[in-house]
Amino acid sequence: MSDAARNERSHRDGIRAVAALAVAVVGFGVSFGVLARAAGMGSAAPIVMSMTTFAGSAQFAAASILSVGGTVASAVTAAVLLNARYGPIGVSVAPSLTGSGSSRFLHAQLTVDETWAVAAEGEGRFNPKVLLGAGVTLYLAWVGGTVLGVAFGDVIGDPSRWGLDAAFPALFLSLLIPQLRDRRAIGAAALGAGIALALTPFTPAGVPIVAASAGCLLGLRAEAGTGDEEEPRA
Amino acid sequence: MSQTWAVVSLVGVITIAIKGFGPMLLGGKPLPPRITAVVTLLAPALLAALVAVNTLGGDRELVIDARLPGVLAAGVAIWLRAPVLIVVIGAALVTAGVRAAAG
Repeated sequence: MSDAARNERSHRDGIRAVAALAVAVVGFGVSFGVLARAAGMGSAAPIVMSMTTFAGSAQFAAASILSVGGTVASAVTAAVLLNARYGPIGVSVAPSLTGSGSSRFLHAQLTVDETWAVAAEGEGRFNPKVLLGAGVTLYLAWVGGTVLGVAFGDVIGDPSRWGLDAAFPALFLSLLIPQLRDRRAIGAAALGAGIALALTPFTPAGVPIVAASAGCLLGLRAEAGTGDEEEPRA
Repeated sequence: MSQTWAVVSLVGVITIAIKGFGPMLLGGKPLPPRITAVVTLLAPALLAALVAVNTLGGDRELVIDARLPGVLAAGVAIWLRAPVLIVVIGAALVTAGVRAAAG
């Protein structure tokens, strides 16, 4: 994609960017609805949770803890750890959101891994229109899937049978590769993946991803190997 | 049932606060250059972590299962400059196929 085309990206480009993934998101919404009902959460609570939390992994974690009789505190802690990455992610999109307070709030709530990633334009910039188009698409897919799962879950079955769990890393990989433009980006990616994999066996889910954001601290160092030493070294 | 609603409302409110924090407090203003340099690298660091954990992560363990061939197929498709739609569907098909073949 050329730089000119990037600047002109619209809501529709956001919808298009996540269209394939929306199918997988519906599938996971269904499985959340099924799991949450099986966990004794009833019908309304899973749907309200999808509408307010809008973060799959945190919702799965909370429902699965409730299903084995876990406490409110442990379910909430797990979900909050899983969503902690949205702190730094929110800070990263903040400069690109120039609208009113309510517009920024709406964009912030629609910022999830996938919408954040497709809205990225490099150099730390994000396209708010792409974020909104992709966000509304995935929100409808997630909430709609949850409703389907609560209503007819038993008929549809397990989405991993359809390989939908591989759709997410595939999308993230296709968004990662164009980001690897220089040595610092490659270094940050290697560090992020390394930290996440190293911590996975030892920490609760969610912690490895949050810790991986430390890979971006390479940005404190001046560009290595280019002779461009304008920034002071950390 | 009240336990359920306690979890749903607490997780909802805290998540909304976490997501809203940056854009509500810092929205529209450019970050200082050093912070920008850090935040720019957040995308590759987090995306690589998401690829790694969603491909190899299990319940407190690393596992090699049908997701890996799916993601490798996605890598090949990206290398061949296939559209994202093909990359994502291809990964799901390969993973579903390997899973079906493994019974």
